[in-house]
This record gives sequence, structure tokens and C-alpha cells, in this order.
Amino acid sequence: MASTRQGEFRLLGGAIPYIEGPLKVSGRSEYTDDIKRPGMLVGKLLRAPWPHARLVRVDTTKARAMPGVFAVLTGEKYPTPFGVLPITKDETAIAVDKSRYIGDIVAAVAAQDELTAERAMAAIEIEVEPLPEYADPRVGRERVDVPIHEKGLNHSNIQKEVVQHFGDVDAAFRGAAATVRVRASFAGVTHAFTEPQCTVAEATPDGRLTVWSSTQVPHYLHRSLSEVLGIPMHRIRVVKPEVGGGFGGKSDPLPHEIACAALALETGRPVKILFDRDEVFYTNHGRHPTYNDVRIAADADGHLLGYDIEAIIEGGAWSSFGTVTTYYNGVMAMGPYRLPSFRYKGQRVFTNRPPSGAMRAHGGTNIRYSVEVGLDELAEKLQLDPFDLRSRNALPPNSTTINEFRVTSTSFLKCLEAVRERSGWADKWRRLPFGHGVGLGCGFYISGSNSPIHFTPKMPQCTVHLKADMDGGITVHCMQADIGQGSNTLLAAIVAEVLGVSLDRIHVSPVDSDVTPVDIGSYSSRVTFMMGNAARKAAEGLRDRLIDATHQLTGYPREAIRVGTERYEVEHRPEIGATYMEALHQAMQATGALQSTGAYTSPPVGGTFKGARAGTAPAYSFAAYVAQVSVDEETGVYDVEKIWAAFDCGRPLNRLAVEGQIQGSIHMGLGQFMGESMDYRGTRLMNPALLDYKIIMPHQMPEVECLLVGADDPEGPFGAKEAGEGPLVATLPAVANALYDAVGVRFYDLPVTPDRVLKGLDRRRAESRAWKDH
Amino acid sequence: MTTQRVLRLAINGQPVEVPSPPERILLDLLREDLNLTGTKRGCDLGTCGCCTVLLDGRPTLSCLTLAMLAEGKAITTIEGISSGTELHPVQKAFVQHGATQCGFCTPGFVLSAVALLRDHPQPSREEVVDAISGNLCRCTGYTKIVEAILATRSEGTH
Repeated sequence: MASTRQGEFRLLGGAIPYIEGPLKVSGRSEYTDDIKRPGMLVGKLLRAPWPHARLVRVDTTKARAMPGVFAVLTGEKYPTPFGVLPITKDETAIAVDKSRYIGDIVAAVAAQDELTAERAMAAIEIEVEPLPEYADPRVGRERVDVPIHEKGLNHSNIQKEVVQHFGDVDAAFRGAAATVRVRASFAGVTHAFTEPQCTVAEATPDGRLTVWSSTQVPHYLHRSLSEVLGIPMHRIRVVKPEVGGGFGGKSDPLPHEIACAALALETGRPVKILFDRDEVFYTNHGRHPTYNDVRIAADADGHLLGYDIEAIIEGGAWSSFGTVTTYYNGVMAMGPYRLPSFRYKGQRVFTNRPPSGAMRAHGGTNIRYSVEVGLDELAEKLQLDPFDLRSRNALPPNSTTINEFRVTSTSFLKCLEAVRERSGWADKWRRLPFGHGVGLGCGFYISGSNSPIHFTPKMPQCTVHLKADMDGGITVHCMQADIGQGSNTLLAAIVAEVLGVSLDRIHVSPVDSDVTPVDIGSYSSRVTFMMGNAARKAAEGLRDRLIDATHQLTGYPREAIRVGTERYEVEHRPEIGATYMEALHQAMQATGALQSTGAYTSPPVGGTFKGARAGTAPAYSFAAYVAQVSVDEETGVYDVEKIWAAFDCGRPLNRLAVEGQIQGSIHMGLGQFMGESMDYRGTRLMNPALLDYKIIMPHQMPEVECLLVGADDPEGPFGAKEAGEGPLVATLPAVANALYDAVGVRFYDLPVTPDRVLKGLDRRRAESRAWKDH
Repeated sequence: MTTQRVLRLAINGQPVEVPSPPERILLDLLREDLNLTGTKRGCDLGTCGCCTVLLDGRPTLSCLTLAMLAEGKAITTIEGISSGTELHPVQKAFVQHGATQCGFCTPGFVLSAVALLRDHPQPSREEVVDAISGNLCRCTGYTKIVEAILATRSEGTH
């Protein structure tokens, strides 16, 4: 059979405008809050104003009796705990027995309108016994009187502790010519997607429950609804409308989604829960506030000898993805360099603050910051150019890391070369006047978590179904969740590419568990790699049927028939063949509409020790960024002028989408570096609003030059790897190292706000150190 | 019970009469009463720009605007920008340049851009950045949005 020819693509590799773009720019796309159902009620959630409290009495009698109130639910009706990870299910739809943070849900109301719902919530009487509150993850790591969760390690608030040691770190440091140590702190940051969470649920007399929700992982939501509500999965239908951004924040099944479904079951009426913006912040599940301590050892030539890492990460009130995060804060230091020894101790600690979870470049961002800043310091100690230090240590292709990650393709050296040249590094580094500087930061990220979170039953991580009918259209079914990253477009483009048909023949079905086969969702940067491979296989199955049909029509052997444009034709004799429609109609004679299935299961990779699966992936992305900054000495305000972003996503399949992911990742990474911060006074979140939680504004956004230099990955679809999360991590250290080049100050506490820059400059002056006078 | 009054509004060139209590917010009226759901609700606090509409051609946050104050003014929502199924040049540029990812902020950006280009057909990059500074986007880093608006400029009437 003819194979799809690499390097000769009609669509892939170009700039493919998003297929739903025309609907989005005209306001026609349907998001969850745009859904109206007949008789729909308003659902509202009563949230705890106490950081940690035992619920002694929750009396809903008065609220229930109010006209226009249809249901008031408290925690005991559906007490089954759930959570995204099967090993740490500790959330409930509504708090049972106690509440664990300011913002925790203690009751849910369904009423005829919002005002009635608000009044009903005000009429709920609650008596609580306040419990000790924990606001700092560095506290509560020993035995405490009242742990936030009973299962905390040794009656403490530690949710997870990871200790790993590969090679001999102590020997590495004893034999080192140079060592550096970076101790850094990172404020929590949150996704700040523009669409607040929204869920609509409807229970119908046929025994079915339909849930529309702004989720990036409809399948895990489907599982959790079934578990908590006690309804078999096949009687629950989960629909994902358009989603207004996720970035990890809509990847956990969330309590309000289950509470909304519970209200629908209780009332028999459709119910909608739409978050106010402050509820988005309280729900959080964002990046963990982190303290890390990273020591790096190298020999006199700059060869890395070992890392010794400790991290304390703040989990907030729930486990969420935390066990994974705890591992990632160590093992995401495994690339892009060869490392002979590695020791890590990580602790995730519960606090009475909004839960942390997965956020773009989950678990990799903060540890990579400390490592990359440390390498900048190490290069200076060894009097090496930071590029030379890094290229000297680059992981080679087809290697295995010390913790047994299988690394296949890497174009990291090409990233370094490209960004060094394009940024004009040789003329700038340590050569620009005071206040101006350039810095290098590098990245590495998983291209899809190798293990599905739920592994029962054993099944592929992604399945794609195609249907081609007599109208010539091809419908693609897959539960992959496009949340704006362009996966629908990629799905359509892959199918169109393989079949040689125009893109407008492809219709990507909305995500609907009744229709679309399971894909495990948009997280861990897995979709391009896994869905892409599944889509390719499904399309190749259909293509083979069309080649068969062309063989029947022309009499030429199958091997001689190749895919043309809207045509199946004989190699070297393109005038002989069949149009796509002729081939399709020939193929349909026996069965009617054609169907085809493709699936992806990741390869068996990684070690066998405890925790070995964390961080394994079928491929990894690599990055090398240079940032250029200028600093105003008087005000501490700095401008990130430009970022050169060399990125290895294998072969970029849609340049528009890859560039968009890089630019958006840089925006988010810069936000964390420059100003975003979940600000707390004790356990109280002080800035649950977009006015006070400052994301990067248009005038702050630097010019971004994308350098896509990746070579084809051997297992990626058409050679592609991820570009959704990896592009974030190199941003932060590149800017930090550029600030050092500009003013000679290191910054170890994020965000680096102008006041911190001024303090740093003051410190530097107090030490009377000159800078760039050498 | 609050008293209702019939508001006489002009929305996307059409007269509309909507009985409303005096405190009715324009965003709620558009989305809930008239089902014009292209106008998005992102924060209800005037901080995100997703609910941007044009009042007499001027970008306005509909979540901070009492509906009654829009009486006598021409209200343009995203539904009034394209002509039937034919997209406005700004919308076409947004599609072509990949300026919309999740799309939730997009209607607001399109309206801000349309207003800018009507008053300043040849805006500089700085003017474009100023014009969209009331709209938040979390997906694109604004890069492709600015490119799309600038492309509309050069492909304009010149």
C-alpha cells in the first residue's frame, strides 16, 4: 500500500487557520454559558468563609421553604470522595463534616433565578467549630493536632513525599570543581482563562443524565460523575461545548460539576452553575506555590556531575494532581542535559488555601527556573559562555536518563545553535550597556504523559472513528478536547492529508460521550502526539479502502495506486484513476457508509522502581530561549524587549498553532515572572479578581521570534511532538538571566516585581560591586 | 417587585423593545433577554473586556452599563459586525492570522478593532496596542491579534 510520504504534505507543515475560527470571530460558537434549556434553574454554591472548620450544624429548612427554591443540597447526600488521581480521591462535591479553605463549597442551591438563589443561600444556618488553620506549607510537616486530611503522612499535613536517588550525589559533590546553590521561592499563579467555569446538567425521565461542562478532560469528569452519583457511565452523557481556555484549570473533575448534576437529579429540571470570577480564583487548581533548593555540581570543564534538589510545594486543600506534581518537581530536571547523579526530596503539603493542581508546564516550570538560573551562575564560576556549558551537557538523541526516561528525538543542540545566532548573542552578552542585557534559558517537557491516569479497563489512550458517507463528507469522532489549542483543526488536517481530500470535507464532531470514542483529554501536552497518531491510523484505514476501490475501478494493482488531490491515481500515469467521490461510491457498494478506527497506545517505557512512571513520555520537547531586557534603574520597571524562542516540537504540523502556543506560553511564563501572584493574608486570598491579579497586558508583551528547528520524531504523527506546555518553561529563566546580564542582580523570589528589582539594585550598591566594568 | 419599563433600544440597526427593571445591566439584557450570546461574560466587573459592545461606535463594557443608559444610542454587538454569513475584514484577518484560540475574548477584541479602524484607518502598532488594552486574552499573547489588526489596515481601502 502507498504510504503517506513524509516531506510532501499538502496541508501539514503549513499555516492552517483554525476550522472553527469563522464561528468564534462572529460570536457563533456555543460555550456552556450560551446553553439554555427549557425550565432551566440557576444553581449557586454557598462557599465557606472560614479557613478550616468542623460543620456542626447546617440547617437548610428556611432556605428550602422559600418560594422559587427548588433544592438545597448539603454534603451528606453524595459523600463519595473523588479526585483526578485514583490513588488520592479526597474531594467531595459539597463539604462533608468539615470545610478546608475559604471558598470550599458547603451547600448548593437551585432556584428560579439568581436573586432567589442568593437569598436562599443567605437563609442557610450554619454552626461551625473553628479548627487550627495552616497557611504556610513549611509549617505542618510534623505531627499536628488536627491535620487537614486524616490520611496526611504521620498525622501531619504532608500529602505526598518523594525521595529519589540515582547515582552517587555525595561523591559527585565531593569531586566537583564547582558547585552552585539556588534557593528560590515562587508565588502561586493561576490559569486566569477568560471563560469562567460553567456547567449545565439535566436529568430526564428516561433515566439519563446529560452534563455540558467547560472541561478539558470530559472522560475523567464522566468517570467521576458516575462514581459519586452512583449512576452507571452509560446512562451519563458528557458534552464539551467550546471551552474558553483551560491551561490545566479545567482538567480535574471539579466539585461544582458534580454538585450541578446532583441538583439536576434532585429537581428534575435543568440546572446551570456559572462561576463568578472570584469563584474561578477560589477554585484555582493552579501552579503550586513552591520553595526549592537546588545544588548543582560540575567538573572543571563544565560537565554536570549531579543535582541535589529539595522542594516543598503547597497543595492547598485538596490532593488534585499533587502526587504527580511532587514527582515532577524533581524529575522535570532530567533534561535537556545528561546527568550522572540525581537526588531529590519533595514534599507536597496541604494548607487551608485554595487547591493547587495542574497548570501549563505542570511541575516543570519552577524547578527548571532554579536549575537554569543555577547553570547561569555555574557558567560564570567556570568562566564559560552559558551556551557552551549547555551544549557540552546536551542529552544525545536515543539516550536514557539516569532515572530511565527514554529520550528518542532531541534537536536541543540545533535549538541552541539557532537561538545563539539569531539573537546576536556574541555581540550582546556581557557587552550591552548597564541596564540592558540578554539571558539564556532552556526547557524540556513531556510530549504526553506515557501512562493514562485511569488504567482500567486496559484500553488505548485515544481512539478516533471516521465515517465517510455518500455525500462525500467525512465525520471525525474523538473525545479529544479542543480548548483553543487547535486540536480540532489538526484532527481534520491529518485526515484530509492522508485521504488527499480538501479540508472542507472534514467535519469534526462535537465532543459527546454518546458519540465520540474516548480520548483521555487535554492535559500533559498529549493530544497532538496521541490523537495525531490515532487519527493517522484511522485515516489510513479509510484510504486503503479507497485504494481498493480504485483498484477495482481501474484494474491496476493496489501497490501502484497513490493518493492525489481529491483523486486516487496510478503512479506515473495520473490520468488513470478515480476521483475521491468515484472511489468512495465504489467502496460503499457493499456496506454503505465507510467506517474506520484508529487508536494510540503509548509504548512500554521507563523503569520499574516506585514512581518510575512519573515523567515518562513517548517523546520530549526541547527549548532554548534568549530574552533581551532593559531595566529602568530609577523605578525598577523593566521591559522584556524581545524573546528568541528556539523550540523542538519535532515537525510542526500547523505553524499557526505552534507559533500561537509559543507566544501564548511566553505570555503566561512572563506573567508568572513579572507580576502574577495569588496574594494571601494568612489563609485569605486577597486578589480574586482580574483587576488585582495582573496578567501581561498587550503593551508588556515582547516581540517573539519563533525558531522551529526540530527534526522529525520517529514515533510522533508525521514527526510531530508537543508544543502546548514546553514553550513556557524556558521563558522565566531566560528573563532572569537577562536581568542579571543587565544589572548584575540575581532574583530568587518570584514574581520579580519592580520593588524587588529596586531592592536588588540597592543590595548590589550596598555591596559596592561594579557590573560590566570588566 | 421592581417596576418594569419598556426600553427602546437600537441593536445592530434594528429597533428593539424590551421590558426591563431599571437596574437591568446591558450585558444581561443582551445575553438573557435577547439571546445575543456572542457578547461574553468573563468577569462582570469591567476587568476583562469580553463583554465589549459598541455604543455609538465606541467600545463599551456592557457589564458595567445600565441598559437604560443605552437608550437613544446605536448598540452594536458582535452579531452586527458581519453581514449575513460574510465576515467583516477584521474578522477575516482574525481567522487568517490565527488571532483566535479559545475564542472567548475574540468578540470583544473584534469590536475594539472595528472601532479603532473606523476612527483611524491607518493605526500604528502603538495605537493598535492602546486600542486593545481594555481586552484581556490569555491564549495568544496578543501577538497574532495585533498582527491581524495591522493586516486589516494594510489590506484596507488604500
